[in-house]
Amino acid sequence: MAEVFVAAPDLPPPPSTVGVIGWLRENLFKGWFNSTLTVLAVAFLAYAVPPLVSWFLIDATFIGDAETCRAAGGACWSFIGAEFKLFMVGTYPNEATWRALLSGVMLVVLFVATARHMMSPLVAAILWLLLPIPVYWLLGGGFGLEPVEPSRWGGLMLTLLLAVIGVVVSVPLGVLLALGRRSRFIAIKSLSIGIIELVRGVPMITILFMATIMLPFFLPEGVELGVLHRVQIGIIIFSSAYMAEVVRGGLQGVDKSQHEAAAALGLRGWHTTVFIVLPQALRDVLPPLIGRCIALLKDTSLVIIVGLLDFLGIAKAASQDPAWLGFDAEAFVFCAAIYWTLCFSLSRYGRSLERRGHGAFRD
Amino acid sequence: MTTQPQDTVISMQGVHKWFGDFHVLKNIDLEVKQGERIVICGPSGSGKSTLIRCINRLEEHQRGRIVVNGTELTSDTKNIEKTRRDVGMVFQHFNLFPHLTILENLALAPIWVRKIPRKEAEAMAMTYLERVDIAEQAGKYPGQLSGGQQQRVAIARSLCMNPSVMLFDEPTSALDPEMIKEVLDVMVELAEEGMTMLCVTHEMGFAKSVANRVIFMDFGEIVEQNDPHNFFNNPKMDRTQLFLSQILSH
Repeated sequence: MAEVFVAAPDLPPPPSTVGVIGWLRENLFKGWFNSTLTVLAVAFLAYAVPPLVSWFLIDATFIGDAETCRAAGGACWSFIGAEFKLFMVGTYPNEATWRALLSGVMLVVLFVATARHMMSPLVAAILWLLLPIPVYWLLGGGFGLEPVEPSRWGGLMLTLLLAVIGVVVSVPLGVLLALGRRSRFIAIKSLSIGIIELVRGVPMITILFMATIMLPFFLPEGVELGVLHRVQIGIIIFSSAYMAEVVRGGLQGVDKSQHEAAAALGLRGWHTTVFIVLPQALRDVLPPLIGRCIALLKDTSLVIIVGLLDFLGIAKAASQDPAWLGFDAEAFVFCAAIYWTLCFSLSRYGRSLERRGHGAFRD
Repeated sequence: MTTQPQDTVISMQGVHKWFGDFHVLKNIDLEVKQGERIVICGPSGSGKSTLIRCINRLEEHQRGRIVVNGTELTSDTKNIEKTRRDVGMVFQHFNLFPHLTILENLALAPIWVRKIPRKEAEAMAMTYLERVDIAEQAGKYPGQLSGGQQQRVAIARSLCMNPSVMLFDEPTSALDPEMIKEVLDVMVELAEEGMTMLCVTHEMGFAKSVANRVIFMDFGEIVEQNDPHNFFNNPKMDRTQLFLSQILSH
């Protein structure tokens, strides 16, 4: 007859290591160096925060014209309100603003649904790939809608359009380039490496110039592309090369044993790629892929170089409006706030994916 | 391609293989008959894993002939695919697909390789999961299962392709001691049903009770092969005696 083993009961931790006191000790006053830094940081905040608060809020003008603003001395938020439509859609015609708004709503709904994992990844991917079709129809018109020249598209709308279509097209292209780079066929492999390394070797501005100036030479007779479309193609080419390198990292990260298991089951090469390798590779690189999306969103501000008025460009233009001279700071602060909100939501989405990735799906 | 007597499943004749300069398999001759259960043992680096990996061409041999179910393994992709459909393999580290559920792991190859309709494939997958006693985990992901459970899933995944031969590459070496038995039980059951099996393993208890032939390899050669009784009680070669004395001394 064996003795019965009884596990010892769990005891609570010592009180000084938990609760508010424990947290302060651990995080703010752990040793003299840490404590000094805490005091210095508090002093700096006390010096810097009050003037900022008075400029942003206390002395700020929310309703009124330029004169009221100048008298108050703080930030002139009524300027943003007055130019709001310009910031959002540039010189897009008033009677068609609803179309831009509807496109924006579609984008936001799709983003929220994706970020909250309300659809399977496959459905989400398909919807994102299809998104440019209704958006282009709404913005550009045709098929029953009044046409609007792309030269009148601008502001935040243009920024989002360039970025979203850039991402949606360059991710699949990047996947193809990454697969091509690992191809057994030397022609495909060399071509992929050539494209990737050529594009990665030049600054984005060069690509934008090339796209606007040189692309027309490569187009067949009779085909004309507006500046916006040429720039969009340039952005896609640029982004694809970087996406390809991110995806390649993911492909290399999938263990050889996964290929072997698939081969042992009799799966063919492309079955293995589509069902086994790519899903794991993409899942692993989603956070850096999101990082590339953030970078692309910010890079679109370079299109000002070739004469397009994106969100940042329109902010600069708006602050030169004679009725509202001298409020550049407000325009750029507003611009920065919107960019930050967009990038931060993307980044949060990336984080949520990382957490999911490290959960049950991991081996 | 040559046709062989019905009961020979695998035939290796004068097989050599090199990894770069390293001569990993030397002149291997091996005939495996239908229903035979062979255990291959030997020190690490002796070529035993490479040997069975040549049978489904996860490794390519450079000299000699390997014929599986009447099909010679050459660079012909068709023959390789046919052989891989007929030969199941279980790996040391299970190699389940971590992004697919257990059921999807099992049904994938039947659907895409055997072209079985999804519904049918999933129903078949469930019967195999029941056989390895793990049906209630069908909706989970591999990462949520214990090692022993994962290995049983891996066995079921191979069986779903209805193979005529099963290769086991150290199936219990990566398992906690408490989980080895559940995997060996499944393998014993398979053996009792008449499955042709080649197992690289150091589970000598399994070899004694299940195998009808034990092969000892060292330095890329088959040093000695015999039925388990004679292999363990009257090993002929000194190298075999030394190996057995080392693994059985504790």
